[in-house]
Parts: sequence; structure tokens; C-alpha cells
Amino acid sequence: MTDLVSYAIRGVPIGCVFALMAVGVVLTYKTSGVFNLAFGAQAFVSAAVYYETRVRHDWPIWLAFLVAVVALGPAIGYVLDRALFRHLRTAPPIARLVTSLGLLVAIPQMVQIWFGNSPAYNPLGIAPDPGRIFRWGEYALDANQVATILVTLLVVAALTVLFRFSALGLRMRAVVESPRMSELTAINADRVGSSAWMMSSFLAGLSGVLLAPLFAQVEANAFFTLLVAAVAAAAFGGLSSIPLTFAGGLALGVLQQVLAGYLPSDSVVSQGLRPALPFLVLFLLLLFWPPLRGIGRAADPLAGVDPPPPAPAATVRSSGMTTMTRVLAVATVAGFVLAALFWFDAFWLLLFTKGLIFGVIFLSITVLTGMGGQVSLSQAAFAGVGAFATGQLVENFGLPVLPTMFLGALVAAVVGAVLAIPALRLDGLYLTLATLAFALMWENVLVPQTWVSSGPLGVDVPRPLVGPVDFTDDRAFLLLCLVVLALVGLLVLLVKRGTTGRYLDALRGSELAAASIGVDRTRARITTFALSAGIAGLGGGLLASQVGRATPTDYVFFLGLFWVVMVVTLGDRSVQAAITAGMSFLLVPELLSRIDLGFLPEILNPADNPAAIASILFGLGALTYAKHPEGILELQTRRSIERVNTWGAALARRRSATVDASDGPDPAVANGPGGPR
Amino acid sequence: MSLLRAEEVSKRFSGLSALDAVSLTVAPGEIVGLIGPNGAGKTTLFNCLYGVLAPDGGRITFDGRDLAGLAVHRRARLGIGRTFQRIELFAGMTVRDHLLVAERARRGDGALWKDLCNRSRPTSDERARADATLGLLGLDDVADRPVESLSLGRGRLVELGRALMIEPRLLLLDEPSSGLDHRETDEMADVLDVVRRERGTAILLVEHDVAMVRRVTSRLYVLDFGQLIADGPTAEVVADARVRQAYLGDTV
Repeated sequence: MTDLVSYAIRGVPIGCVFALMAVGVVLTYKTSGVFNLAFGAQAFVSAAVYYETRVRHDWPIWLAFLVAVVALGPAIGYVLDRALFRHLRTAPPIARLVTSLGLLVAIPQMVQIWFGNSPAYNPLGIAPDPGRIFRWGEYALDANQVATILVTLLVVAALTVLFRFSALGLRMRAVVESPRMSELTAINADRVGSSAWMMSSFLAGLSGVLLAPLFAQVEANAFFTLLVAAVAAAAFGGLSSIPLTFAGGLALGVLQQVLAGYLPSDSVVSQGLRPALPFLVLFLLLLFWPPLRGIGRAADPLAGVDPPPPAPAATVRSSGMTTMTRVLAVATVAGFVLAALFWFDAFWLLLFTKGLIFGVIFLSITVLTGMGGQVSLSQAAFAGVGAFATGQLVENFGLPVLPTMFLGALVAAVVGAVLAIPALRLDGLYLTLATLAFALMWENVLVPQTWVSSGPLGVDVPRPLVGPVDFTDDRAFLLLCLVVLALVGLLVLLVKRGTTGRYLDALRGSELAAASIGVDRTRARITTFALSAGIAGLGGGLLASQVGRATPTDYVFFLGLFWVVMVVTLGDRSVQAAITAGMSFLLVPELLSRIDLGFLPEILNPADNPAAIASILFGLGALTYAKHPEGILELQTRRSIERVNTWGAALARRRSATVDASDGPDPAVANGPGGPR
Repeated sequence: MSLLRAEEVSKRFSGLSALDAVSLTVAPGEIVGLIGPNGAGKTTLFNCLYGVLAPDGGRITFDGRDLAGLAVHRRARLGIGRTFQRIELFAGMTVRDHLLVAERARRGDGALWKDLCNRSRPTSDERARADATLGLLGLDDVADRPVESLSLGRGRLVELGRALMIEPRLLLLDEPSSGLDHRETDEMADVLDVVRRERGTAILLVEHDVAMVRRVTSRLYVLDFGQLIADGPTAEVVADARVRQAYLGDTV
């Protein structure tokens, strides 16, 4: 009994932080409809600033706290709201999700640039005398833990007063019900939204600083992982009830510590179960927790007054131009392949091949996000499933490599379907959260198991050998990847143009109306999700085969986020955009590393820091998604078509003017097709 | 023999009784109206019939089959089509595509392998059927235009056409004339007459426009505060004193 209580007490401080994070997430979700995936990144910002000022520059606690949490937290929230989220209120949910995803990718890298790459060990907490231990009989907490509990109590009291007794709290509750309706009663919904964002970001900063001492060093990844616990707590509160959310966070923290105390620390079960707990809890809540049912159905009685975003105007391109661009595209691809085969050195050949493989993987995002309108954060995990499955099957059963890759893809597809079946009964956001939980569980729990990865060195995935063709030759392997890419591209095109694609179009247009003609939403979505996971798995197998093995660090969670951001930025609606994204994924950092701007400090110089700068570029690029959901490539294509059309029209006009002068009027030319639209 | 039969359907929203033991029937090929003041429970009843809401009590059968627990898309396949009060079209698709996708859904012919074998283009039969419906609704001239470019009146016709493509035996129309001007309302009424005559489709419609209700419906149900206060042939019900008081404001 004493043990139980002492474990439980140890869980209270961490539970408090989970609760703070969860409340922060719920606040902005309720007032602005944005599920802020970048919350963990914001926590990291404050933790880093606190570390920099407190540890590296030895500022006093109160000053460091004031700057890192009280000033910086709300300031970030204000900027994000003013610059981005305020304008997304009427945007489709997927645009809001992608925007916060872009921030999640860009912000940590920006901090890293300022913070430096040297590891930040031994973060300090906010307690003035961290060594001090508080004891009550047999129970004990250290000073930082006590400080965490006290700060949380303070926040709870403040929030209670705010929502119960203040005018702002009342307005917030009104805006939660319906922003439009509250505007009609002369409430400035935008300003209320700003306050919510500032409060939420304050909580992000606070929880970042409170969490930091739990880790050996200040590092962005730890905060994302903990965000899952917060998301689970938020789910417990049905993404709306703040008291329930709070209770959920607290309970999760306590449960984690109690489990940690009771399970034997050396058993396989407990080694797997302990880190998996938040993910499991999130999964179970998503599946069985009644308050989550029916969320997302429009509750705002005035939801319909905001017109839907206008569809991009259709551009008309003449058949001549279509033929020309097609010929040009084929010529470019063929040219690159020939160059790669006969002219590139080994380095560029490998890079080019890798680009093709990433084209395959990115097509999985075209299927899921571009066609299905769903965001998955676990594409890297599916690629990993494909790679490890291929490796294990080859190693344990001696199967031939090439067919086994497709078998690995099948395994990934099945995993994807199993993940999607329960999540799809819920709203789109929950699928994203379920994939977030799965991606982190894959990385932290499954990959370390030896039956998955065969240990830290990974598992061999040899190059295929088909009859007389040995794909250990890099040129042969390039051709293999090209063929696979072409096949997958064709498959995606066929699905897109086929019945499944039409059903998905219909579902994106209106789920209700699609159901009213008999389209089975669940079936269409599961098909899409499994197909997407399978394609990612196939790409993962190829990728592993290129380097010869699949290692645990190849398919990390963060990569999956970056991939999604990359594809939606460049365009998630077309096959060529996915292939371009695959190439850019490798070429952009490579090219950046060649831009040596010596006058910049080392950390800002692309040549020294290409990966971070690429992350920032694409992360920020994703912020354009809300405005141009068709992607940058499509946008540029449209612009150039319009430009060409304008030229054509000008040319026709000039010609008709000359004709006018000599032969009299020729209205057919002047009013002919091809004018600007 | 009635096609749709609702018996004693009830629905409560946390203490508020939205529907209180409401019963109604629709026979094959007849047009039935459902009227009532705002908040009377018309839309709630529609949603129960349609499967968006599950009733708390009572029984709904379609063609003798109990609909309890049947998902929306399954009801659609049984032959219940619907249109929406707030128009719900598939953004980015042309008018013809709206009909073709519904036709494909009716056939239940969407296996993935057919896509992969490139065998999922609309067949000539499907195209002919879509053309027939376009002709029926007078939408031929806009068939290949994206729906965003249509007026609301035309948009409602597209919704109707899409619903007709699944060959419904019963159409549920939620305020088909809302937002339309007089001329468009007249056109809609004409079209409904034609649909009933040529295809024998039974129609249950919620409607506010009394002129339209008088013109197209043969029978009428009146809801007020979740209870059925009158039903019978349209002319009689419209003349009923209680109905005039509750709904028509005694002006007609």
C-alpha cells in the first residue's frame, strides 16, 4: 500500500505537466478549430530559451522564467494567431492540420539554429534549491516536483476564475459554441481567439520548462513524444471538457509511475509496455471513449454562412500545349535517366536512384492526402514496416528479395488497414492522431524489439538477384527503381481516374451526399489507407535494399512528418508532383550544401547546415497550403499556362490588327479562343 | 400497401421531446407533404427516416423491412434517395459526373481491381442513363459545366438528378424550394410532377412554400412541437382550423 501511494505521488508532478499540455491543446482546438500539432515544438522553444538563459548565461530563475515562459510563450501564440490561424477559421480541417504540421517541422530547426548544435545537458528546473527533498512520513518529492505541483495548482485556480467569473471567460465559452453567433452579439471573436492562443502558448512554454529537468538533455524529440500523453489526456476530455482533460492528464501520469513501480523492470512485457502506455491509452480512448463520438459534426448553427473556399479556376490548355508538355516531360525524364546511366558518378547515381525511391514513397501520400483527404503521420513507419518485413522474411525464410519486397508491402498494407479500421469510424482528425500514436509507438516500442529490427544494427536487405540480372550493379538497380516507380505511378493514376478515385472525390466534396447515393465511406477510406500504406512499404523495401540493410534509425517518426509537409507543399494531387518531391527531398539539401555563404555565421550557412535549412524551407512552405491547396507546382503550372494564353491572345490581336489594315475586319481571330481567363 | 411506414417514432434531445410518437406512411408513387412551423421536428423526423439520427422509440420500415441500425449508404441502396436543405454537391465535379458517380454507386460496381485494369470508365449504358436524367431535368446545356458555376435552382436540380440516378422508390426532399424564386419554384414543382408520373417515384417532402405544397402533394402531415396535429388530403388539411392557427397564421 505504501509502495502504491509513493509511486502514485511520484506520478503526480508529471501528470500535472501532461494536464497543462492537454489543456493548452484543448484551448486552441475549441476556440479556433486548430489541433495544434506544433504544441510540443512550442514547449521545446521555451525549454531551450530557459536553458540558454538560466544555464548558459546564468540568469536568475525569475528573469529566465519571465523571458522564456511569461513573455515568449504568449508572444509566439499571438504571432501564430495573427499571422496564420486567424485566417484559417473557415479553411477545411486538413488545411489547419497541415499548417500546424509545417510549424512542427520548421520551429525546432529554427530554434536549433539559434541554440546551436552542442547538446544541452542537465537542464535546470524552476525550483530555487533543486537538491532539497520534501518528506511527509515515508513519502518524498524533490523541490522541482513540488514546484511543478504548486505552479499547476496556480494555473488551475487562474483558469477556474477566468472561465467561471470573468467576462473574457464568458466570451471564450460563447466563441467555442459559435464564432459567427458571438460576432453577431458584438463579441470580437478574433480577439478572443488571440487570447486563447496566447494562453495556450503560455501553457506550452510552461510545460516545456517544467518538463525539461526530467530529461538528461534539452532535445526536441522528447517533447513530441510527451505530446502523445497530452493528446491522450485531451481525448479523455472529449477534446472539450477542461476539468476532464485535467483529470486525464493527472491519471495518466500516476498510472505510468505506478506501472513502472510494479512491473518487473527486466521483463519483456514491461519493457514494451511502459513506454507504450500513452500510445495504448490514446488508441483505446479513440476506439472506445464515448465523448469522442460525434465530434466534428457541425455544432455551430451558423457554420454554413461562411462560403466554402473557391475551387481553383480551371485553366484551359490547348491540345497542342498538352502534347508539347508531355513530350517535354518524357524527354526530361529520359534525359536524366540516360545521364544517370552513362554520365553520373557513383555518388550522383545513388542519389538519383534514391530520389526515384522517394518518388514511390511520396506517391503513398498522393493517394492518402491528395485523393483521400486524410493526413497520416506514420508513412515513415509504414515504409519501415515494409523494409523490416522484407528483411526478416528474406533472412528467416530465405525468400527471393524482389517478390519479398511486394510481400513486405502487403504486410504494411495489412498493418495500415488494421490501424485504419477503428480510426476511420471517427472523424478525420482522429485518424491523424491515431497515426501519430502509431508512428511514435513504432519508433519507441516496436522497432527496438529484436523480432522487428534484429537489434540496433538492423537487418540485412540484400539487392535482388533475378535470373541473370544482378541488381547489386547500381545502374541495374536504378532501372529497377524506375520500373517500380512507373508501375506505382500508373497504379495511382488508374485508381485516381477509376471508380475509387471518383468515390473519394465525392466524399471530399460532401460525405453526407456521397452516403446518400450509397457510397460506403468506410470501405473507400480503408482501401485508400491500405493502398497508401502498401505503397509506402514497397518504397521502404526498395530503400533498404539500396543501402543493403534496414536499421532502426532509417524510418524515424520525424521523417514521416517531413515527407507529408514536403508533398503537400509541392502538390499532393498529381503523380509528377510526388516524383518531383522525391527528387527535391534529396537534391535540395544536396544543393544547399553547395551554397557556401562564408560571410554568414556557420549555423546559418547552407553549406554547413543543409538539412536544417531544408526543413525550415519546406516547413514554412507548408504554410502556403491553406492558400494553395493544389501545391506550388500546380500553382506555377497554372500561372505559366495563363501567361502563355495571354501571350497567345496578344499575338492573335496583333495579327488581327495587321489583317485589319490590309484585308478588313476578321472578327473570328480577334474573338478566338485562348484569351486570358 | 405502404412503401414507407413510420410507427410511433420518438426522439428526445436531453429532455426536449423533438418527436413524440409520430406515425406516417407513404404509398408507392404518391407525393406526400410534411409541414410545420420552425422547430416542429420536421428535420429530426427526416434524419430518423434517413438514418442520420437513431430514433429513441418506434419502428421505421421500408417496403416491409425494418430500417433500425441500417447505415445511410445502405438505406440508399435499398432505394431511398434524398436531397438536402443546404445544398450538398461535390465541388469540382461536372454535372454529368455527379450523375455518373451515382449511377456507378447504384450498380455497386467499384471494385479496386477494375480500376487497376482500367475497366472503370463509364459504359455507354451508364452514359445513356445519365443523359436521360439530364434530359428529364432540362440540364443538357450545363452537363459538362462544373457545379460551382450553376445557380442555386440548377444546383437543386442536380441534387435531384443525382438522387434519381440510384433509381429510388422513395425520395426524401428537404425543402426543395428553399432559396428559389417563384419561377424556379414552379419549375421544381413541374419536375417533381414529371418524376412521379414517368418514374413512379414516391416523394416525401418537407416544404414551407404553401403554394408548392398545394400544387404537388396529394396528402399532408402537419407537425407541431413534435406531435402530429393533422393529416389527410392536402386540400382538407390546409383548410383545417388548427393547422391554420399553428402554422399558416390564418392568412391563407
